[in-house]
Amino acid sequence: MKIQEADAKSLLVAQGLPVPPWEVAQTAAEARAAANRFLAAGGKQVVIKAQVLVGGRGKAGGVKLAGSAEEAERVAAAILALQIKGIAVHKVLVGPAADIVKEFYLAAVLDRASRRVILMGSAEGGVEIEQVAADRPEAIVTIPAHPLAGFLPFKARQMAFRLGLGDHLKDAVAIATGLVRTMHAYDADLVEINPLAVVREAGAAGAVSERLQCLDAKITLDDSALARHAGLEDLRDPDDEDPADRAAREAGLTFIKLDGTIGCMVNGAGLAMATMDLVKRAGGEPANFLDIGGGARADKVTAAMRLILADPKVDAILVNIFGGITRGDEVARGLIEARQQQERDVPMVVRIVGTNAEGAAVLLREARFETAATLDEAARRAVAASRGAPA
Amino acid sequence: MSILIDRSSRVVVHGLTGREGSFHGAAMLDYGTQVVAGMTPGKGGQTALDGRVPVFDTVADAVRETGADTSCIFVPAAGAPDAVTEAAAAGIKTIFCITEGIPALDMIPAVELVRAAGARLIGPNCPGATTPGQAKVGIIPGSIHREGRVGVVSRSGTLTYEAVQAMSDAGVGQSTCVGIGGDPIIGTTFLDALLLFAGDPETDAIVLIGEIGGAAEETAAAWAAEHLRDVPKAAFIAGRTAPEGKRMGHAGAIISGSAGTATSKVEALEAAGFRVAGSPTELPQLLRDAGYRG
Repeated sequence: MKIQEADAKSLLVAQGLPVPPWEVAQTAAEARAAANRFLAAGGKQVVIKAQVLVGGRGKAGGVKLAGSAEEAERVAAAILALQIKGIAVHKVLVGPAADIVKEFYLAAVLDRASRRVILMGSAEGGVEIEQVAADRPEAIVTIPAHPLAGFLPFKARQMAFRLGLGDHLKDAVAIATGLVRTMHAYDADLVEINPLAVVREAGAAGAVSERLQCLDAKITLDDSALARHAGLEDLRDPDDEDPADRAAREAGLTFIKLDGTIGCMVNGAGLAMATMDLVKRAGGEPANFLDIGGGARADKVTAAMRLILADPKVDAILVNIFGGITRGDEVARGLIEARQQQERDVPMVVRIVGTNAEGAAVLLREARFETAATLDEAARRAVAASRGAPA
Repeated sequence: MSILIDRSSRVVVHGLTGREGSFHGAAMLDYGTQVVAGMTPGKGGQTALDGRVPVFDTVADAVRETGADTSCIFVPAAGAPDAVTEAAAAGIKTIFCITEGIPALDMIPAVELVRAAGARLIGPNCPGATTPGQAKVGIIPGSIHREGRVGVVSRSGTLTYEAVQAMSDAGVGQSTCVGIGGDPIIGTTFLDALLLFAGDPETDAIVLIGEIGGAAEETAAAWAAEHLRDVPKAAFIAGRTAPEGKRMGHAGAIISGSAGTATSKVEALEAAGFRVAGSPTELPQLLRDAGYRG
């Protein structure tokens, strides 16, 4: 689960990491008031940042500076009117603009290949890190945490020196170890600071000092661990999850809405993806990914059917079940029940093999369902039905 | 010979007295697997599966009393990493973790402790493995298999059944079929499985079934290009139509930016000499096209 920058920053602050102050505004007027407070506290400019869970905010005009409260209001109004990669901006983050001396990249990452947490750093921060990795892999420093002992301070010091942060050693070590600590505290897959910046700050009597600060934050949480952290589920961004996806999750189904016209109901994630791919290969477009899981009973099947039919674009349905734990006759019963309940009649092609497939075949024949023997055949016929031709 | 399991494997089922454990434990026993023990803390001294299998309080007891050398774990996600570690500490050499939904960070120390004990972990979030005609561990339906010489390795469950059924129907049997699991942190990778198959004199060809997310398929392909050059190889990759940034059911099945796409995997596999199928039903024919005569 991705969370917004402001929420990610809250988690970092709770773990003692240095993050400049911010406020979240939902209207231009709120942004103006927030800007007023930061400017009154001595800032020359404020930064206003769209809170959306898509990359490339800056390029899309979602990050802007303002030198007065009036300007902040105008800028915030413009950002709040934006759609970034199709996502409407509902909130902006307002904070004092930092006087940046140099930008770095630092992230704690769950690394599949090494099966460890790794700390990744680069002295080329503030830019797209994937681009740096592709163009100049030597510019990225990677240090693995120990699988049992964790990320020890000496490794944090190695990272600091290799990034050229020797002048800020204490802060850099605290931040590096803090990122890994944050990862474990909330079961994150990714805790990314880009940029981590050396910023210039004016102190008392005109003295100027430099310190390290986390200017941006991106955290991805492990969905499998959300249940054991109170409050994290509340950070889910409603815009990042289609209402149908959410209804499915609450019903114990995995559903992801797509743009096509052929509804898919499958048991198993890999097979559900393969079924979508075969629909596409047969010339159609899948309307959704839907995994009813292992051992699904009739009531889960009817719930799944409701979800599929709630999408008005769906004009054909493909049911593909390979019974292992899941019993084919149980699915067939659910399909029959669902058809009795549903308000909209859509052509459906059903393919059930494996455990209790014979029982399913009898039930489906009696109920006059259209069935197919193989997955390829089922996909072809669903596509034909979707185009209005006889299936 | 096969890999991972055979008729001599002696299996202890963690959670044998539970709903999943008893259902699949019975199916394993009926297939011919030596299910020698169950493990449920507090139920030591009882028997399970109609008196056919003794139950122990600890894995160490099961190992001492029955000579168990293989674990099959059905315990819930919160206790599964501990179960994996307990098995390794008790001297179990091959550990299958079927459990789904384990937080990824919990698996890091478990994987390390298994490695340090000189054991092997398969999974978590995997369907297990079958050596047709000899033994099955996990939840793969025994009926889909046919004895043969093709090694099958997959990240999925039901998609594997689909592919294996298509192979068996076409007369292409399997030496061993192993599901390595759909999670980001797993004990046995595609590459590990290929290394095992490469050392198995009873495996003559390879089928690899991958999906979007991570780069394990690419890593395995790079190794196969060099070391399995003359071995007939076919593959299927699920998720060509999956959108970026969405977790497609499996915790590990997610495209992040430009990483982990089906295209990248298909290209890497084709470059390594795999014949990549557009549908799992094409796998047996592709193996024959690649020179497999089984």
